[in-house]
Amino acid sequence: MYSEKVMDHFQNPRNVGEIEHASGVGTVGNAKCGDIMRMYLDIDENRVIKDCKFKTFGCGAAVATSSMATELVMGKTVDEALLVTNKAVMEALDGLPPVKVHCSLLAEEAIHAALWDYAGRQGITIDGLERPKNDIGEEEVEEEY
Amino acid sequence: MEDNVIYMDNAATTPLRKQVLEAMLPYFTEKFANPSGIYRKAAECRQDVARARELLADSIHTAAENIYFTAGGSESDNWAIKAAAEAYGSQGRHIITTKIEHHAVLHTCGYLEKQGFEVTYLDVDENGLVDVGQLEAAIRPDTILISVMFANNEIGTIEPVEKIGQIARKHGVLFHTDAVQAYTQVPIDVEEMNIDMMSVSGHKIYGPKGIGFLYIRKGVKIRSFLHGGAQERHRRAGTENVAGIIGLARAAQLALLDREERTARECKIRDHIIERIEREIPFAILNGDRTKRLPGNVNFSFQYIEGESMLILLDGRGICASSGSACTSGSLDPSHVLLAIGLAHETAHGSLRITLGMHNTMEEADYLVDNLKEIVARLRDMSPLYADMVKKVS
Repeated sequence: MYSEKVMDHFQNPRNVGEIEHASGVGTVGNAKCGDIMRMYLDIDENRVIKDCKFKTFGCGAAVATSSMATELVMGKTVDEALLVTNKAVMEALDGLPPVKVHCSLLAEEAIHAALWDYAGRQGITIDGLERPKNDIGEEEVEEEY
Repeated sequence: MEDNVIYMDNAATTPLRKQVLEAMLPYFTEKFANPSGIYRKAAECRQDVARARELLADSIHTAAENIYFTAGGSESDNWAIKAAAEAYGSQGRHIITTKIEHHAVLHTCGYLEKQGFEVTYLDVDENGLVDVGQLEAAIRPDTILISVMFANNEIGTIEPVEKIGQIARKHGVLFHTDAVQAYTQVPIDVEEMNIDMMSVSGHKIYGPKGIGFLYIRKGVKIRSFLHGGAQERHRRAGTENVAGIIGLARAAQLALLDREERTARECKIRDHIIERIEREIPFAILNGDRTKRLPGNVNFSFQYIEGESMLILLDGRGICASSGSACTSGSLDPSHVLLAIGLAHETAHGSLRITLGMHNTMEEADYLVDNLKEIVARLRDMSPLYADMVKKVS
């Protein structure tokens, strides 16, 4: 069901944990739906992401997308990190099963939520960054019978 | 098991017993004849099918003519409910069932609602038990069918079937029960329990997949499910799945022979797992009734973590189990059974079902708990919900 990369990032997740005195923290998802991601960013004065950590409650894909997202934004500037989309996360993981695509959306949202928090604390605006939705919402369930 | 896998998902399916396979094999090759044929070769197959039917009838204390072979539990459920609705629909349009039935019952009822039937879905208590008082109160003059499962497939709760049968009989309402999980695990007497229809499946009792039966009490009006030949007293046409029927009967025979010993062993291992988990893993909630429980069923919710992650990590250590988490169901909602017993969504997402069978050992049980402890701790370490809880407490 999962690619080798997804399994690797789930079983050996990178950058699990918290950052004390983080520059920005974002939490997205909904326990009701079974996924919550929290992303911590440590950003220096040149707006470069020096460190990134995460904690996730969720399935294998939720953990793997969080892990990959932290790897993709590490060392990037804030503006570059904004360009890390859910598609980029999925491609880096060699794809996800269709029912798990929402996990990659959640990973993108988590980055944006942490950046939004950072911008708020700094009193700055980041071009192209919108206030993230906390809940990515329920997808339509197919009609049965 | 031979391949070093610890299989603990016996409520999903069971491995075929070797003696069952041996009993079935001749019916694929030399005993291949169509039982409807006129020649002796066919008569032999016909007699073997008849003997199998008798054996299965004996196992639930009824006559052979009341056993109808089907392709399994889902077909039996569909047939019982749809055909009863059709046959009795002119007398009433109301059906009573519960919120914790198998989807084969729930979705069939949903289909009938679209055909103009009205369905009452009874609540269950926090252990998954139906309240018989509530059930009786739900009966109306136009109620034609009550369908309550014998034992629940997820949490293992055994329902008060005998009392439900009494109430149904008293009010002259048909009573169907899905006994797929209970058959050969607990004693069943359809006469004593006033059961009018009952669904059974072969592959849950170390028999083959694709075979089961529906018991229909003599006198119950029920329409044909499949039209065609004269098989199954004209009610389910199609050449008999002879090898499957032989396998089902042999599996039932063996399972009834060793039932007491086998289930006592399963109970012992089950209780050992429950006791160790409750003692050694914090924030673990046992789902289902402690005593009115299937011998092999263990179901826990581990708070602050999610079920699918648990299953993948268990699989990595060679353990097969299942979960009521949404991620394992293909939808965003966790198990309807866990929600019906009152669990919050996030607690239901963290459920783990272990279902033991005849091949499991105490050593395997300990291996499971030892690994589960590590896996739960590791996932909690990763969980923002757990971190928040710890912060709140300290």
